[in-house]
Amino acid sequence: MAVDLGAIEAQLNNSFPGAVVERDGDWLVVDADQLTAVATHLRDEMGFDFLTHLSASDYPDRIEVVYNLYSTQPDLRGPGLPLKVRIPDRDNPHLPSLVHIWPGANFQEREVWDMFGVRFGGHPNLKRILLWEGFEGHPLRKDWYEPYYEQDNKPYSSRWPNPESPKPRSAEERVRWRANLQYPMGFDPDPEQWQPLPEIDVDIGDKIDVNGLDTDRILLNIGPQHPSTHGVFRMVVGLQGETVTSVYPVVGHLHRNHEKIGERNLWTGNIPYTDRLDYISPMHNGFGYVVTVEKMMGQEVAERAEYLRVIMGELTRVVNHILAIGFLFNELGAMMTPMLYAFTEREHVLDLFEEASGARMMVNYFRFGGVSRDVSDEWLKRCRQVVGRLDRKIDEFEFLLTENEIFIARARGVSPMTWQQLASYGVTGPMLRSAGLPYDIRKVEPYSIYESFDFDIPTYDTGDLYDRYRQRIAEARESVKILYQAVDRIPANGSIQAGKKSWNPKVPAGEAYGRVEHPKGELGFYLVSDGGTNPYRYHVRSPCFVNLGALEVMSVGHLLADAIVILGSIDTTMGEVDR
Amino acid sequence: MFGRGLIKGLSVTMRHFIESYTYDRNPLRWFSLKGRYDQEWLEKRQSIDGKGIFTIQYPEQKRKITENFRYIPMLVYEESQEDPRCTACGICARVCPPQCIWIQRATDDKGRPQAKPAGFWIDATICMSCGFCAEFCPFDAIKMNQEHELAYANRDEGMFYNLDRLLKPVGYYAEIHPSDYEREEAARWAKEEAKRKAAEAKKAAEAKKKAEAEAAEAKKAAAAAEAEKATEPAAPDDLKRIEGIGPKIEGVLQAAGIKTFAQLADADADRLNQILEKADPNLMNLADVSSWPTQAKLAMRGKWEALERYQERLKGGREK
Repeated sequence: MAVDLGAIEAQLNNSFPGAVVERDGDWLVVDADQLTAVATHLRDEMGFDFLTHLSASDYPDRIEVVYNLYSTQPDLRGPGLPLKVRIPDRDNPHLPSLVHIWPGANFQEREVWDMFGVRFGGHPNLKRILLWEGFEGHPLRKDWYEPYYEQDNKPYSSRWPNPESPKPRSAEERVRWRANLQYPMGFDPDPEQWQPLPEIDVDIGDKIDVNGLDTDRILLNIGPQHPSTHGVFRMVVGLQGETVTSVYPVVGHLHRNHEKIGERNLWTGNIPYTDRLDYISPMHNGFGYVVTVEKMMGQEVAERAEYLRVIMGELTRVVNHILAIGFLFNELGAMMTPMLYAFTEREHVLDLFEEASGARMMVNYFRFGGVSRDVSDEWLKRCRQVVGRLDRKIDEFEFLLTENEIFIARARGVSPMTWQQLASYGVTGPMLRSAGLPYDIRKVEPYSIYESFDFDIPTYDTGDLYDRYRQRIAEARESVKILYQAVDRIPANGSIQAGKKSWNPKVPAGEAYGRVEHPKGELGFYLVSDGGTNPYRYHVRSPCFVNLGALEVMSVGHLLADAIVILGSIDTTMGEVDR
Repeated sequence: MFGRGLIKGLSVTMRHFIESYTYDRNPLRWFSLKGRYDQEWLEKRQSIDGKGIFTIQYPEQKRKITENFRYIPMLVYEESQEDPRCTACGICARVCPPQCIWIQRATDDKGRPQAKPAGFWIDATICMSCGFCAEFCPFDAIKMNQEHELAYANRDEGMFYNLDRLLKPVGYYAEIHPSDYEREEAARWAKEEAKRKAAEAKKAAEAKKKAEAEAAEAKKAAAAAEAEKATEPAAPDDLKRIEGIGPKIEGVLQAAGIKTFAQLADADADRLNQILEKADPNLMNLADVSSWPTQAKLAMRGKWEALERYQERLKGGREK
């Protein structure tokens, strides 16, 4: 059901006079002073109880913070309510924090503070999240320049037709702006003088009292170089005995400011970069980006290309889920066997990707209005065989794992969550559905041609580890169902590109938030165009990053060995968390 | 029963373990190096119906590269390295997401820009192999190479590709991307044909009068040229340089009128087989002619180095 912005605006202005300042396209601009009251009212009275996306955008005269609210209520699911708040004071921007209304806003507000320098009053722990404490400046502001900064927008004029230095030597020598380095206040670049910055001050936590045990509280660092943390992720765990009393996730080790790079790139040039976000399921990242840009451009998509997109997307989903299960078992101690079985199946799918797109992981397959290459009939035939094999192999996985008594003993009843809890943390994807809320963007806000397929949204009740496992198996089965239909119904010999393919497409000025159901949750792209060749603002709402925000509430009170498995069950990829 | 799930699961791993040895019905293979690295067996194991162990022994075994596989770009030239397809239009340098392409446009004596690159550099250390340059090139001049085992001691010299290292003959491109090449050639041919027809129709009218007057003269000249061509046969090439052709087969081919690389390149496999069969049925079983035309094409253009590289992959005229 579409959201009636006019009615909501009237209702809000009725309850809080002057709360909605104006309408900006599809966005309601809310008065900063009344933000907390409006948000509480929206959550409690009007059903918009699901804050999934929060980010900001820097303009010459203001900073805008945007909120995308959705609803978990059956009749309000679907297109959400986009809000934004304008902060005219760029020198000292501040806003009330929404963490007490939606705990899930925690990480995203920290990110906005980190990248834009907006202070959120009332935030429990407003520290930098992707960068380190002591970093100089807020990098996503337009007046912040990175080292080796060359020019605001690609293409760089030094590349053609006559480069300034005819034969550039190496990255360090190539650019004369190499002295563009900013050091933190009081930092001396002389290595002799260097002093390490003070450690992060972490609360060990006294939320849990383990009675009857005379143990010391200790603080344990897990990671960043630890095989069970899925990449470079650091977990500072407070322990009493073996019981976890607090978890403080430290992310950002893989941070490369994907969003700043994205703002320098051409619109087309961002497609290959999205493959590097969640490298386990690269095909779906490009899907999210092109769907959002097509929404802004009003671009049609060729029908055969739509089918190819769905085929690639669902193959990715199956692979992602069985791989997630493989890793989950690795962390449970079933060393390697389920994981390598999962990798075997992944190889078959990657072979298909390589044949279609030219690369196994960095596929760069999606284009605005279509896909990059057509596939042959032979490919489709082989795809069908691979889908058949996946179908059989999911059965084998279930036969191998589902009834395993050790697994059941380790997983059942560990970290049970209600969907209300998870939704307040902004958690999306299989984890939310395993707790009983059938919220799947392919159904609630269909994109591409998902409406024409016959599939269900499986759900489980308790949201514990065992349900998260079963949820992924069930979703992989549904994806196989979609794949059978797509491979059978794909139109033969159609065009794979609607309109003319351009290396420099025109994107009209405006802003949009587009989201797709990524295997790990809601993958959103918040894009602002000023009508130029590059995005003015490019933000990735990463499902793994937001889902990690719920790690503490899921782990506290459980054993340390379970905390590792709980992290595995969130199914994170650090390439996407750190961006 | 408690433990049933465990036993079920263990039966799966047990089956995988046994199938690793029995899938090709010859467990003894595992004890010889040759058997372990057998390409045929590898393909069987890695097929969609494959079972058992899936891994390969790199670098002794290598997977087949698919046609679409892309790595570092290359520049295609037709006849000589002096005349690449590239016109230095700069689209690749502008669309390149990490901006790893530098182009310097050539100028003539008077300093006017020419449609040709004077310098072309690709920094492979920052190339992300996305393939946009090849996809958006309007002249089919830049294509993706498939050489992927790149390792150099010095990143500045090794990973920094200049024009000399980027230029590759069109034959090489046709070899690694056959279906793309065919599609592009067909499109180009159709375009040229349409252009030629339009030009012809235009010219036909005015040329008609002229042609009638000149017809007699032209005919005479053509006849003379043909006669000259006939009296001066092409010098026979050393066909033995083609792998698979020995002195005996060379004699047979020369007797059948195939004396030069160009003629061999034009001959298709069926015709060659017929010639061999006619001369001696044993010859046909001994030799595999399928690669000869390709080899002859390379030899015809004087690409001895490329021919040697190609021959390294051949065994008795057959691709390994």
